[in-house]
Amino acid sequence: MADEALFLLLHNEMVTGVYKSADQGEVENGRCITKLENMGFRVGQGLIERFTKDTARFKDELDIMKFICKDFWTTIFKKQIDNLRTNHQGIYVLQDNKFRLLTQMSAGKQYLDHAPKVLHRRLEICIEEKKVQINAHVQCCLCKYLAFTCGLIRGGLSNLGIKSIVTAEVSAMPACKFQVMIQKI
Amino acid sequence: MAVCIAVIAKENYPLYIRSIPAEQELKFHYTVHTSLDVVDEKVSAMGKALVDQRELYLGLLYPTEDYKVYLLMPNGVSYKCKKLLIPCVKSMFPNQLHRYGYVTNSKVKFVMVVDSSNTALRDNEIRSMFRKLHNSYTDVMCNPFYNPGDRIHSRAFDNMVTSMMVQVC
Repeated sequence: MADEALFLLLHNEMVTGVYKSADQGEVENGRCITKLENMGFRVGQGLIERFTKDTARFKDELDIMKFICKDFWTTIFKKQIDNLRTNHQGIYVLQDNKFRLLTQMSAGKQYLDHAPKVLHRRLEICIEEKKVQINAHVQCCLCKYLAFTCGLIRGGLSNLGIKSIVTAEVSAMPACKFQVMIQKI
Repeated sequence: MAVCIAVIAKENYPLYIRSIPAEQELKFHYTVHTSLDVVDEKVSAMGKALVDQRELYLGLLYPTEDYKVYLLMPNGVSYKCKKLLIPCVKSMFPNQLHRYGYVTNSKVKFVMVVDSSNTALRDNEIRSMFRKLHNSYTDVMCNPFYNPGDRIHSRAFDNMVTSMMVQVC
């Protein structure tokens, strides 16, 4: 109920807060995104500990990914991942067609204005030219809103014993894809 | 009534060990360490066994001359106990000590050494003790000031463990 809006607002403030308190150099070389991702990592570790307290032991990697897609995502975002794809060689793509943290952004134009100005203009151009793909610059602007969630997934997996790299990609708002690359050591 | 409680990290180093009485701590460190092998054996054996065995609670590990170590089998199947000869140490506990194991989904192991001299502790009681331990450990994990992998210094955790330990005068 109310806690959903609370988390959304807190998350947005967190992103602006990290960027406000950063030096110029940090914004450019991506340290802010790393900070957000590490915050998500630590939170993910704690959350997973709480959520797996009562669940049975996991059979294998796929079982763990399914848990992340269903129970983990449901508890945090009140919905499941819409599509999970894998190449069975350690790469998983989680697709969420209506990512909660981005729905407020595409709902109205005024939010697009507050996002970096370039984002709005590029989106307009894209829609005019009927292009589906958003170009790289726009991707960067959205990255900071996805960094925390990438960290969440990475932290959760790390606590379950899986080392991974998680990246995110937005093709059409508010749908987004999280790509998980499992590192075999 | 537990005599020693240990929380062991994924990489098999202790996050928290406490035992009563304090002089015998080294011996308990040793016994907990040896029981880790059996824990690993149980966990890896489960992979080849039936799908049903997916509980977290392990069970009685193995009985020894001096100590009986409990490692709960996932679905309650009794484990064939191996006799392990440990040099007979003069123990404050004339009766047998039982060792219990529990592995969480995040590969953190809890080992509990229990003195079963007076009352034979029932299975359910051990399970509920592990449940309480797991709950407290989860609370420690969610503490933002705690770095995963550090030793546990939480007072709340200490209090909970004290409540489970046996009273020795």
